[in-house]
Amino acid sequence: MKLVDEFRSPQAVRALSERILAKDGTWRFMEVCGTHTMAIARFGLKELLAGKVRFLSGPGCPVCVTSAHDLDLLIAVAGMPGVVLTTFGDMLRVPGSRTSLEQARAKGAEVKIIYSPLEALELAREHRDKQVVMAGVGFETTAPVVAGTLQMAVAEGLDNFYVFSAHKVIPPAMEALLRLGEVRVNGFICPGHVSAIIGTHPYEPIAGGFGVPCVISGFEPVDVLQTVLMLIEMSEAGRPEVRVQYRRGVREDGNPKARAVMDAVFELADAEWRGFGAIPASGLVLRPEYAAHDALKVFDPRVESAEEPAGCSCGDVLRGITEPEDCPLFGSYCTPENPVGPCMVSSEGSCAAAYRYGGREQ
Amino acid sequence: MSEHPADSLVSMAHGAGGEASARLVRDVFMRSFGGAVLGRMEDSARLQLALSAGEKLAMTTDSYVVTPIFFPGGDIGKLAICGTVNDLSMVGARPQYITCGFILEEGFSLDSLERLVASMSATAAEVGVEIVAGDTKVVGRGAADGVFINTAGMGIIPAGVEIAADAARPGDLVAVSGTVGEHGAAILAAREGFRLGEALVSDCAPLWDLVRSLIYAGVRPAVLRDPTRGGLAAVLNEIAAASGVAVRVREADVPLSEAVRGACEILGLDPWFLACEGRMVAFLRPEDGDLFLEICQAHPLGAGAAIIGRVEVERPGRVVLEGAYGQRRPLTMPAGEPLPRIC
Repeated sequence: MKLVDEFRSPQAVRALSERILAKDGTWRFMEVCGTHTMAIARFGLKELLAGKVRFLSGPGCPVCVTSAHDLDLLIAVAGMPGVVLTTFGDMLRVPGSRTSLEQARAKGAEVKIIYSPLEALELAREHRDKQVVMAGVGFETTAPVVAGTLQMAVAEGLDNFYVFSAHKVIPPAMEALLRLGEVRVNGFICPGHVSAIIGTHPYEPIAGGFGVPCVISGFEPVDVLQTVLMLIEMSEAGRPEVRVQYRRGVREDGNPKARAVMDAVFELADAEWRGFGAIPASGLVLRPEYAAHDALKVFDPRVESAEEPAGCSCGDVLRGITEPEDCPLFGSYCTPENPVGPCMVSSEGSCAAAYRYGGREQ
Repeated sequence: MSEHPADSLVSMAHGAGGEASARLVRDVFMRSFGGAVLGRMEDSARLQLALSAGEKLAMTTDSYVVTPIFFPGGDIGKLAICGTVNDLSMVGARPQYITCGFILEEGFSLDSLERLVASMSATAAEVGVEIVAGDTKVVGRGAADGVFINTAGMGIIPAGVEIAADAARPGDLVAVSGTVGEHGAAILAAREGFRLGEALVSDCAPLWDLVRSLIYAGVRPAVLRDPTRGGLAAVLNEIAAASGVAVRVREADVPLSEAVRGACEILGLDPWFLACEGRMVAFLRPEDGDLFLEICQAHPLGAGAAIIGRVEVERPGRVVLEGAYGQRRPLTMPAGEPLPRIC
């Protein structure tokens, strides 16, 4: 398979890991994005670099960082009469404080899995008698697509299409993590897909202000190993900068068109992150001119304040201070079949990755 | 097509036992299935079945509820025959008789029903298995999804053939008869309307002829299993548990089509969990490995056959996947339905 096989070549992987293992010292790098967490687990990169490099998972799984309160609100909207809630599959089994969308669906709520927001639009066109709500969960990768879809709905006069925005932006969470000072990182493996939209600029305060090097990385083993090498070399030279390893996917200025669409529909607001609490200017809410399509305003769901499930370490896992296997529930009370916390559900969650790919057990 | 002007959609009358029911049986089912036994239209099929010394009977049943009903590479009718034929074949039984029960949703197209009944008939004829009994029920709109089919099958296991899920032993080779994951990927793509290319086609096929060829050539498989729901991962875990052994699989040796690899990369799925409907997993004594490959590769359904791993002693019940860089990870049972990722 082109553009995949060459980045998985065992020879290239061996050569790069030998160069990394020959470096002095030990290194701690945080992969911000859940897709990186999955790739690192899937290709066994933790074991390959064991003793030299430690990979810490960051707050980059959109489903995982959605707060239990937001989930409860979403589930409340899904249960309202006449509502069809459309969502990406990852959200279905994530437990809120009391129930999940999957359980709500079993009890009669109309919840449909979609693969593209355009499918939600299609549903709104076909079922004018229903209120079609799109669960907007995801970072700068997903938000422009949801924004574009809402613009289409408005242009078509589809007054039965709504967005429930739990969208978030990544760089403020990285800064919040560094400000907390709980975790020591020598560098960030920055998300490839998000950066294809935002470019390199938003990471400048992290490299410049906090002195932590950032490399935007692709998702294949060769990409991640090259990124690790670039991070080590920047640290050795004492020159923390923002660099792009994933040149086949990311331009320095990102995708200005996608950002323009996103900015036209959404504005920044404080947002609740699981494990972090409120982070200023880290969430995307619909601008006032889209209020008629804002599910939170139109349906005004009310839920009691939510508590995280007892014993669940997802918050600590998302801040990189606990590894999945250190959670007392991991693999016993909490499995992908019966998840307690979101990190065990999402295909990008650190706990799911550790469970699925064996993690430390080997 | 049924000739009666009222018959273009299934109605409650088709299930009421009156004239419409009789017309449905005559014009749709008998026209395609019409064997000697079924033709007698009795309450039970009366069968002559004499077993020779050492032969055993095998029986199985399965229900089919796939969406969409027609998919690249097959339809629910073909699937309902293949599934039961393959379940019989996996214990080495020569399929003899099949029964089929239909649950039809009011409003289902009779034209579609005729197409999938014809497809069942053609698949049964290909295998040489006779459809000897049937039943139809109609339920109201919304109480079923178009059509559900149940088939049950009976077959004869030849004397001397002993294939069982608990028979894997340390040292056995683990083989597959071809590329894996095609049915699951094709169904997912068809159901969700992903345009992932025309190469994504279900592998749905009856395996009896391939199993027969292996047995007659002298291959004595310890275990055979068709990796349907839950895919390769589920089957390997089931056999490891049943036999009390560990299984080690080399990732690079598991045959995958480019289409399935591509679909899995795009959707964030693992091919190990995707269903097959025309492949089998075989646990073989080491001396049978070469013959298994030779017979498979000479057969149209086994062209992609490969040895993918080995049975080990340590840590019974575990299945380990060995990656291209020597990394090892457990291959666990799949959890829930496969959920494609967000971004």
